[in-house]
This record gives sequence, C-alpha cells and structure tokens, in this order.
Amino acid sequence: MTVLWAIVVLGALGLVFGILLAVAGKVFAVEKDPKEEAVRAVLAGANCGACGYPGCDGYAAAVAKGEAPANGCVPGGAAVAAQISEIMGVSAGAGEANMAFVRCSGTCGHTKEKFTYEGIPSCLAASRLGGGSGANVCTAGCLGYGDCVAVCSFDAIHLVDGIAQVDRSKCVGCAKCVAVCPKNLITLVPAASTDVVGCNSKDKGPAITKYCDYGCIACSKCKRECPADAITITDFLAVIDQTLCVHCGHCADICPRNCIHDIG
Amino acid sequence: MLASLVSISLGAILVNNFIFSQFLGLCPFLGVSNKMSTATGMSVAVIFVMTMASAICWIINEYLLIPLGLEFMQTVAYILVIAVLVQFVEMFLKKAIPSLYSAMGIFLPLITTNCAVLGVVLLNTQNYYNFLESVVYGFTGGLGFTLAIVLFSSVRERLEFADYPKAFEGFAICLVAAALFALAFMGFSGMKIL
Repeated sequence: MTVLWAIVVLGALGLVFGILLAVAGKVFAVEKDPKEEAVRAVLAGANCGACGYPGCDGYAAAVAKGEAPANGCVPGGAAVAAQISEIMGVSAGAGEANMAFVRCSGTCGHTKEKFTYEGIPSCLAASRLGGGSGANVCTAGCLGYGDCVAVCSFDAIHLVDGIAQVDRSKCVGCAKCVAVCPKNLITLVPAASTDVVGCNSKDKGPAITKYCDYGCIACSKCKRECPADAITITDFLAVIDQTLCVHCGHCADICPRNCIHDIG
Repeated sequence: MLASLVSISLGAILVNNFIFSQFLGLCPFLGVSNKMSTATGMSVAVIFVMTMASAICWIINEYLLIPLGLEFMQTVAYILVIAVLVQFVEMFLKKAIPSLYSAMGIFLPLITTNCAVLGVVLLNTQNYYNFLESVVYGFTGGLGFTLAIVLFSSVRERLEFADYPKAFEGFAICLVAAALFALAFMGFSGMKIL
C-alpha cells in the first residue's frame, strides 16, 4: 500500500510540476528572430570563427540584430554575402577576398640545419628550441611540422618539400593558419595578387646566402625595375604593396634569388 | 520566536556557512566566481531557488509525505521540486535577463545538482524547523552563499593582477585563496548565538 501511495504522490507531483512548467514555458517563450534562422541557413557552416563571433550561430544572431556586417562570413565569400544582404535587405559591402600565403621558399636541400630535431612534430614545440628557430639556421623560415596543416578546416595548406604551401583553389582566407604559425610566416594577401615575396628573413644579404638558396638579400633589383614603384625594401626584405602592383610579373622573372613568386 | 530566527540566520550566514563550513555548493563557488557580476547573478538565482525550495519542500513534507508515511521519499521529492524550480528560473532568466543567462551558462542548470540547495531542504527536515524557520534558513543559507561567492569573486578579480609564482597560475592559486577563506571562516566555528 505504501509503495502504491509513493507512486501516486510522486506521479501527481510530477504531473502538477510538468503542467506548471509547460505554462511557464509558454509565458516566458523567447521569440527567435526568423531572420536569424534564415541567415544561419545560408552560412558556410564550418564554425571557423573567421567572422570574429563564436561560431556560425553567434554570427547569425549578430547579423539579425544588425551588429555584424553581411559580408562577415569569410569562407562563404561573395555568394553568401549576397544572400545575407538579400535576407537582411541591405546592400552587400564589397567583401575583399583574401588568401593565405606562406612567406618562405626554403625547401629541403636548399636550407641548412643546426641539428636534427627529433622532438614532438609540431612547429610550436620546435620553435621553443634553437633560439626560436628549431633546427633551422634561418631564424625566420618555415619549420615544416605542419601546425598550419593541422588547423586548416578546408584542406587548403600542405607541406611540400619541407615547407607549407597554400592551395589557392581551396583557401578561403579564414586566417586560422595565420594565427597558429609560431613564426608569423603566414599572411593574408588579396586573392587578386599575383606577385608575392616568399621570404620573411630580416637578415642581411651575406648572412642569408650562407644558409638559404632562396632568401631575399635586399639587392633592390626588383625595386629599381618595378614599373609601378610598388616594391620597397624594409629591414633588408623586399615588400610588395599589393594595392599598387600591376601584376606584370617582372619582379618574379628578374629576382636573382628566385624568392618572388608569380602565383597568379 | 524572533530569537530563534536570528540564531538560525546568523548561523546560516556565518557560523555554518554552506560553502566555508559545510563545504556544500563548491562547484558553482569555484566555477562562477571569476567575475563579480556573474557571481552576483548566480547568488540571486541560488537565493531564489533555496528560499522557494525550502518553502515548497516543507509544505510537501508536512502535508503530503508525513501524513502518508512516505518520509523515505523525501530526497526524491525534494530533488523533483528543486529541478522544477531551476527549470523555472532558467526560463525566466532567458526571457528577462538574457545576458545573465548566457553569462551563467552551464552553471545555471547545475543548480539542480547543487548540493547546497538539497542540503538546505534536508537540513530543514533534519532540524525539525517549522515553516517560517525553514524559509528563513533557506533564504539566509542563500545569503551565506552570496557572501562567500561575492567576497571570493572580488578576491579573484584582484588575483588577476597579483604577482604569484607561475606554477600557481589559474586554478591552483584560486584553490589556495579559497582555502585561506575557509580558514578565516573557521573563526566563527563553535560560536553559539543565544
């Protein structure tokens, strides 16, 4: 009998509480903006965080509130930006597409090593050794353990001959690899750019030639011959101003160290 | 009557503080105490749940469980009440104060399994408190929780700028600070009010 009463009492309590909660759920229902769901549906859905919000849901909520721009979804690119602005009824800002680029050309056999690294195969771990450059003699170059490869959600960066290389057909410019590279080697360049400097070493010319066949020696040849005056030499390193570049490819042709690449 | 209420209140806030003397409710105490604003929000939620749980559980115990001889079902029934209350608070906060709702995150549903809340209602029964005493004990128990977590959150905010050994970084220094706090509250132990 007691057992029966226990079942009845707890069952009744559960029923009453359930009804109360159901009523409260109706009273305190939070209306979700239908725009938010529509925006969420057209996003790329990679939850890459390139927009600066915690995941696609966070970005969709911010867009629906009018706090985030319509062109914030980096992997979605222009197509998604157009869809979002259609949903929100605003004109799409011209979202400039960027792509990652690894500023190192020192492939295996063309650079020197101080020692053989046999530790954890991670750039971050290696960069703690050898004064920050791991086994590399070059203090700026790619360590080649693929932290960027591991972090890429789009399979757009791979190790080729000991250095990371961006697959430009897949890169969406989410900048995850930029953040993870302990050598700060990876930068975003405009997707339209064709000529880029594949070196980040600020060493002087004579020093570089001792350990790398491709390092920029700041000879200024590209600077002198550039028809658009787009190249400057800063800290013994050629820098191409992509807003001035006319994509002629001349610098890549004449660079005596072959460290300017024509990637167009 | 009044004297016993004062005694219960001071006991719940200082002498038998739920966190520092009875070591109940440590999970939200450590989890939500890194910012004073979230700590205050959590405290308000806990005070509400403790007070309401004390009142409702007393009624259920007195008029439902005892007459039917079902005292052995107390814990189950109490858990049920607490779960419903927490669910209710969650719905209310989501609607009324969404920022607080998102700041408290997982710890809000965790009040359901907060031992301090269940502790209050079980202690009410154990001490044979009447209705008023139960409610006062629940409310002041919540106040004691508030005192502990708000004080501790202010310490944690200061800890961010403190100069301590690197090995203690993060949770370790937080636990050390909590231990010192508990030691300080030990000073109240054994005190008898009236």
